This record gives sequence, C-alpha cells and structure tokens, in this order.
Amino acid sequence: MLLPYLISWLLLLLLLGLSVLTAYLPLGSFHPLANFGIAIVQATIVFAIFMRLREPPAIKRVFACAGFFWLTFLFGLGVIDYLTRAH
Amino acid sequence: MPNPRPEVQFATLEQQTEAAQLGMWVFLATEVLFFGALIFGYYVYRISYPDQFVLAGHDAKLLLGSINTAILVTSSLTMVAAIELVKRGEPSRAATMLFVTAMLGLAFLGVKGYEYFEDYQDHTVPLLSFVLKPREQPVVELFWMFYFVATGIHAIHLSIGIVAVLVLALHARHGRYSAAYYSPLEVLGLYWSFVDTVWLFLFAAIYPIGRA
Repeated sequence: MLLPYLISWLLLLLLLGLSVLTAYLPLGSFHPLANFGIAIVQATIVFAIFMRLREPPAIKRVFACAGFFWLTFLFGLGVIDYLTRAH
Repeated sequence: MPNPRPEVQFATLEQQTEAAQLGMWVFLATEVLFFGALIFGYYVYRISYPDQFVLAGHDAKLLLGSINTAILVTSSLTMVAAIELVKRGEPSRAATMLFVTAMLGLAFLGVKGYEYFEDYQDHTVPLLSFVLKPREQPVVELFWMFYFVATGIHAIHLSIGIVAVLVLALHARHGRYSAAYYSPLEVLGLYWSFVDTVWLFLFAAIYPIGRA
C-alpha cells in the first residue's frame, strides 16, 4: 500500500537533485523554464499520488482543475499585457 | 469506540467524507490563484531583468533551501503514511506518524529561521538591512521582497498546518479515528501536501539560480 508513496517520494527527491544541478549548468534564459518545468512535474506527482487525485471519485479532479483553469486566465491576460506593452 | 454516524445533512459517511474533501479542494483552488498571482508577478520581473535576478539569486541559500525541500517532501510521505495506518486500523501508530509530520514541519521552520538570520547578516533583507553589492541595481531588492513575502506567507500556511496536525495527532491518540472514520485526516492531508507543492514552486523560483 505504501509502495506508490515511497516511489513518489524518491522521484521527488531525484527531481530536487536535478533542479539543484540545473543551477550549475549554463542554461541562460532557459533556466527559469527548466526549473519551473521540474516543479510542474513534482507538483503533478504530489497531486496525483499524495493528494490521491488518481483515485475516485472523479469529481475531485474537476474541483482540482478549476483553480488551474482560472489561473490560465490570469497568466494569459498577464502575458498579453506584458507582450503588447511598448518598452 | 462507537460506530461513527454521519451528520444529519448526509445520508452516509462516504458522502460526508466526499463533501469534506471537495470543500478542501475548493479552498485549495483559491490558494492556487493566490500563490499563482504571486509567482506570476515574480516571473514577469525575472524575465524583465534576467541579469539582475541572476545576481540576486546567487545570494539565496541553495543548500538550506534544498534541505528544506527534502524535509517537506518527506513530511508529505509521513502524512499519507498516517492516513494509511488509520485505514488499516492502527490509530496509535498513525498518531506517531502525525507527530513525526509536525516535527518535520517544525524542522522546516527552524531551518527557514536560520536562513532568515543568514540573510540578515548578508544584508539582503529589504527595509531592515539591505546593501546593494557591486554590479547590483535597485531592482535586486524586488527579488528579496518577493523572497520574504512568498516564503513568509508559506511559513504562515505551514504553521497553521503544524498546529492542525498536532491537534489531529492528539485526537488519533484518543481513539477518535478508525478505519471507518478518518475524514479530518484525509482533508488535512490535502492541505499539507498542497503547502508542500507551493514550496516546490517557490524553491524553483528562488534557489537554483546563477551558480553557473
């Protein structure tokens, strides 16, 4: 029963190691993207396994997605403002 | 212990548990927007001033941040372990796991406190003790402002979680939960892992920067 949790925990620690490693790599402007990407993978593991979104009832997933759905509006409109502003 | 019964407005315990979980998810959706806006603001400035943010991030304590990430991730594991133990009908071992979870939370706050102290000595605390280093422009202060606001709000969330976990640990010790009823544990577990997730994003934004 605990095995999926243990594997997730190990994966999360490995991804932490990877994230620390990126700090020392010359990634330039891809740096924030790489770290944010790793965080998204980590968050997906936590949400699916530790917060049990992979288990029923499916309605939980709808509720969980709602926040991120509204967040896309926030990010989308924010990015449009940033991209279209004269510098 | 007596067989737990659902509150009057619910037909079954399962329905009550499901409603409680959905309630927590609604709250977490508002938290996603709250922290999402904060982190989005950070990235707008980071992309606007890439070089300055790299200079600023260089002073973030990568080792302490990494230790804290490992501590929090481990606390999420002990939290779900507590839930699994209650499900198996071992509430007193679950109570022990909850105490371990709370101690890991406290350890995180301890490391964080020490990190704030080092930041203070490093003169990277806006308003209190802030000195620009060579090549740094005033926008560096913005990085540190984000650092303290974001990690501060996160620490408040974690403190609330620690108190709640300790309360549930006492309840578990007194036999309030069983394999048939452990809904509060399940709901608090969601909150705890969410606070853990927020930290993962804060870590990604603050620490692994500018050491190449």
